[in-house]
Amino acid sequence: MYTQALDQLSKEHEHTPQIDEGELNARFQQRIDNEERIEPKDWMPDAYRLTLIRQISQHAHSEVVGMLPEGNWITRAPTLKRKAILIAKVQDEGGHGAYLYSAAETLGVSREHLIGQLLAGSAKYSSIFNYPTLTWADVGAIGWLVDGAAIMNQIPLCRCSYGPYARAMVRICKEESFHQRQGYEIMITLARGTPEQKRMAQEALNRWWWPALMMFGPSDADSKHSAQSMRWKIKRFSNDELRQKFVDFTVPQAEYLGLTIPDPDLRWDEETQHYRFGEINWTEFQEVLKGNGPCNRDRMAARRRAHEEGRWVREAAQAYAEKQRKRAADNSLKVEVVS
Amino acid sequence: MSDAREWPLYEIFIRSRGGLDHKHVGSVHAVDARMAIQHARDLYTRRQEGVSIWAVKSSDIVASDPNDADVLFEPARDKIYRHPTFYNIPPEVKTL
Amino acid sequence: MSAAATVMATDAGAHAKFVYVLRLADASLILGQQLGALIGHSPAIEQDLGLANISLDLIGQARLLLTYAGEIEGANRDEDQLAFLRSESEFYNPTLVEQPNTDFAFVIARQLLMDAWQLELYDQLAQGTDTRLAEIAAKSLKETKYHFGYSADWAIRLGDGTEESHQRMQRALDALWPYTYELFDPDEIDLEISRAGIAGDLSSVRQNWDRRVNEVLEQATLKRPENRFYSWYGKRGQHSEHLGRVLAEMQYLQRTYPGAQW
Repeated sequence: MYTQALDQLSKEHEHTPQIDEGELNARFQQRIDNEERIEPKDWMPDAYRLTLIRQISQHAHSEVVGMLPEGNWITRAPTLKRKAILIAKVQDEGGHGAYLYSAAETLGVSREHLIGQLLAGSAKYSSIFNYPTLTWADVGAIGWLVDGAAIMNQIPLCRCSYGPYARAMVRICKEESFHQRQGYEIMITLARGTPEQKRMAQEALNRWWWPALMMFGPSDADSKHSAQSMRWKIKRFSNDELRQKFVDFTVPQAEYLGLTIPDPDLRWDEETQHYRFGEINWTEFQEVLKGNGPCNRDRMAARRRAHEEGRWVREAAQAYAEKQRKRAADNSLKVEVVS
Repeated sequence: MSDAREWPLYEIFIRSRGGLDHKHVGSVHAVDARMAIQHARDLYTRRQEGVSIWAVKSSDIVASDPNDADVLFEPARDKIYRHPTFYNIPPEVKTL
Repeated sequence: MSAAATVMATDAGAHAKFVYVLRLADASLILGQQLGALIGHSPAIEQDLGLANISLDLIGQARLLLTYAGEIEGANRDEDQLAFLRSESEFYNPTLVEQPNTDFAFVIARQLLMDAWQLELYDQLAQGTDTRLAEIAAKSLKETKYHFGYSADWAIRLGDGTEESHQRMQRALDALWPYTYELFDPDEIDLEISRAGIAGDLSSVRQNWDRRVNEVLEQATLKRPENRFYSWYGKRGQHSEHLGRVLAEMQYLQRTYPGAQW
């Protein structure tokens, strides 16, 4: 069950005196190795809990911040059909944020606390959303490349060892299947359109290609959480494996569009049956993550503004509900007196 | 940065179509039951996933303790005679 | 002579119907557009989801209505040509829907006043003589019932919430109220449509609107503003300054790249 209250219950049992920590850890790892799912009330090592809270909340923040770059084009979508699709897609991202916060809350942390961390700047979110959407083609490129990379990352998470996260991911992956397709459809239309539209599409690919590759995270050798997450089956494939798979899938799609991937080193390797690609600029990745991307400040400002400007609404809703409860209690008291 | 109090959590159960049970799908934050239903409708039934919604305050759910799982559920394990496959019926005997 | 007169009468009927359907379409389109701008910026994720749902319904209604308007006109204009290539004075939405998203109270007040109006209007149209409009209205009516439930609920929560939320709701209501005047003031087009039995007359819409809105305001502990004269009617193409900006943004791509496919 997805509840905080239940989770708190389980914490009392975390330090069951008769069994030592090492024994609990061994049993826990055994369950993971047996492909059993861990549920909120089950005993789990603190480090597992913290890793999950960090990963799920970052994932949730990414969905919520991810509403902004595409949301930037809702009011300017070029046709009513595209507008409706884009609204539905951005709405899905909000929904996915909500599913993920809901999954994180099963670990005994509140959504308000997690959002507080995001707004205070102490929580991370996917660096990709710190890049700007300058033309309509960026909406297409995000769907095609960013959602494409996200799906590649997310499908293995449907089998993640933590039940609520895995279930949220199943729902998310099912819903996201249209996101990438609508993006690619926009790219096809632009690539077959006027010379200006084709240029728009090429420039969008130039802007999003490298950031999309960075979405898979640092190279395996430099990834500090990878090994432990693999042992806990939170993660099933390495960053580099998934990145390679993404490149192999995406290059022919770009060729079909008649667009050029902005990497002079990109070539098919007959021997390995994979595309070889150029060096990723990890300095840029680290800088964007640190807050020095083109849109970090705008994104955070937008989130903070929505939160601050919404405060009176959230408070009013609570005040109203309390009044109603009080009125109901007063009324039932009156009824008792009358009867 | 965070508000004094957060909107309480409700667990959401959806009946996907007539004839099926309500199934747990996740949670929403809401100030009261009416808002919980509204939020659940907007969040969990965007693709016709449901024909009926239940919302239950998370703090009102009582659950069994996983540490008691052995005590609660193990004893049912050796009662295999409760299952139809336990019994050997000659194949020529039909509709049994 | 009489044949020519008949043709002219039919032509006039088609024109009235064209403008009338555009009025309905533009009301939904501009309101949907305004709500679309809020997604990702609303007070809680749940409201992002809720407003997006309403926005999607409204844009869906606008698409059906614009397509129908284009067919009535018979000039081969599709939903997008009508949405993206008409200028301000050719938009016939009520002035109310183009009023800006000043704060969440304005969003809810605007929504409440429009939902209550569309609810009655669609109910009449669904029973009217124009089968196509009746079909669109019947579908839209279900959506609008939900919208009204949502906006009424929030109007009550905000009106009867905190001191601040009460003041904000009252301020929004006072500011938007004059724009409700045109919703119930029939002009030639409304009268022609009502004579043809396509819709009822606007005074009967007013009665039910009053009843619904008054009920909500009472529960919300909000004061109903005095009716004030207002004659600058969006439904006749006479808009406030806001519509120009809404359209500039909405039509930007179609205007910048004429003839391109998207």
